[in-house]
Amino acid sequence: MATLTAVRRGLNRRAVQRGLNPLGAGFWTYAALVAVLLGSLFPIYWSLVVASHDNDAIASVPPVLTPGGHLFDNIARVFDTTAFGQAMLNSVLVSGSVTVSVVLFSTLAGFAFAKLRFRGRNVLLVMAIATTTVPQQLGIIPLYILMAELGWTGRLEAVIVPGLVTAFGVFLMTQYLSSAIPDDLLEAGRIDGCSTLRLFWHVVLPAARPAAAVLGLFTFMQAWNDFFWPLVVLTPENPTVQVALSSLASGYTTDYALVLTGTVLAIVPIVAVFAALGRQIIGGIMSGAIKG
Amino acid sequence: MTSARSGPRRRWIYQLDVKGSPYLYIAPFFLLFGAVGMFPLLYTAYVSLTDWNLLDPAREWVGLANYAELVADDYFWNALFNTVSIWLLSTVPQLLAALFIAHMLNRRLRARTLFRMGVLLPNVTSIVAVTIIFAQLFGRDFGMVNWALDLVGLDPIDWQAGTLSSHVAISLIVIWRWTGYNALIYLAAMQTIPEDLYEAARLDGASQFTQFRKITVPMLRPTIIFTAVVSTIGGFQIIAEPLLFQAGTGNPTGGSDRQFQTVGLYLYEQGFSMYEFGYASAIAWTLCMIIVVMALVNFAITRRIRSS
Repeated sequence: MATLTAVRRGLNRRAVQRGLNPLGAGFWTYAALVAVLLGSLFPIYWSLVVASHDNDAIASVPPVLTPGGHLFDNIARVFDTTAFGQAMLNSVLVSGSVTVSVVLFSTLAGFAFAKLRFRGRNVLLVMAIATTTVPQQLGIIPLYILMAELGWTGRLEAVIVPGLVTAFGVFLMTQYLSSAIPDDLLEAGRIDGCSTLRLFWHVVLPAARPAAAVLGLFTFMQAWNDFFWPLVVLTPENPTVQVALSSLASGYTTDYALVLTGTVLAIVPIVAVFAALGRQIIGGIMSGAIKG
Repeated sequence: MTSARSGPRRRWIYQLDVKGSPYLYIAPFFLLFGAVGMFPLLYTAYVSLTDWNLLDPAREWVGLANYAELVADDYFWNALFNTVSIWLLSTVPQLLAALFIAHMLNRRLRARTLFRMGVLLPNVTSIVAVTIIFAQLFGRDFGMVNWALDLVGLDPIDWQAGTLSSHVAISLIVIWRWTGYNALIYLAAMQTIPEDLYEAARLDGASQFTQFRKITVPMLRPTIIFTAVVSTIGGFQIIAEPLLFQAGTGNPTGGSDRQFQTVGLYLYEQGFSMYEFGYASAIAWTLCMIIVVMALVNFAITRRIRSS
């Protein structure tokens, strides 16, 4: 056994010496990855190109490939044409409140499921996890009826309230907290006379911060990008960014410069968040934490 | 003194806290999710058994009539065909490409984070934005795709007009948005495969490709099953892409001949442009059943990837 390992090591070393590092990436790997990268970036870059030209430039053959000087004119036109400022504000309100709520309630429930003993815990946990697979989009008709009964159609409550909790968040926080907090720590807190709520506040919340950050990030991005339900229940007069964008695109004459400027405006906040916190987002996905 | 007096009471409060408070902590989730997640889905089943039009206050119990109508509805079968076609055209190439990209990302790389962020970027941009951009790229007159086709001597294609061409274009939107995400899921799984396996294979003279086929893919089986099932659940519900791909959108027919109307889009048309809530609910419930069946079928198929 030992000799075999030694032989392998020797072979490996020889491979390395010959420059054939078996796991290293060669020219073609880099070439292919750069091509993938360009493919990922191009449509976004292209929207920026169109957004910075007037409509004459877009119809030109061959197409222009570099940004022009009309971006700010186009942005002004977007704000003149639609309620885009209102839409931005609405999206911040919706995504912000949904994020705070999902993180808070998921951490609370995750704490209970991971660290507290109570009757029916396992059954309830399985129920919560099973609901992550439910195709919720298919319940929109009754959800709409419900919102109409409450008088919420056209109002932000109709978008915020259905997003306040997610089964996925509960699942994620349960998983994270069960390994992140030593039981001894909670026991010690109990002996010192801490109530459960104080344990939650002083022990659990600080310990939950890394997972809460990832969950918050993803919840925010999902809420910001959410389209179908807001389209159904909101009106073009009081839209979120995605709804405003879709009504911008549905004019009778297609003003590409205008529409793609709106697109750029809708993408920018998310891309900024992504550029700043991409590492954490990737970590979240790769730790199996995140469902699309 | 004080503690002795309040002893039994404190113990009672303590007991209440330990036994009762967990329910308090999980209550917000279950109450809210029950009201806005579970209840609507179950209530859909009831609505689907009625003749319920938003504009008509008379609601009649019609039993399975909506379902009978659905089975005989050509638009429904057309939508189902389109859904399956777009789902196949998008899922299969997407997962294959994701496997290869993950395989490349799994090498020792410079600028590792840059590449990973690059492949994930499409996934964080909104469906609306992405679809609008692609609809422009696939435009008949000034689209860049047609310009590129012209450059290599091919005729321009009216992407929206054809059945296959529109399915291909819509699938490309899905592929563009989801390949990188799946690649990262695969990459995470690849990093747990023990290096010894590859080393042994190399000793046996196995090529890179053989190693990929005989070690990587079988070891990734659970992950591949997971991604296939998730893509099925998502792919069958596709609505936003076909809705926004149509020029002069806001029109839920999915093209002038319904050539790319999906089941989700048909549900939207019946529910929110005809206000036929009963019929739309029947579509929703049928689609839900189809998704369950397809997810199980997918699970069965991907489970059969041979382990070496």
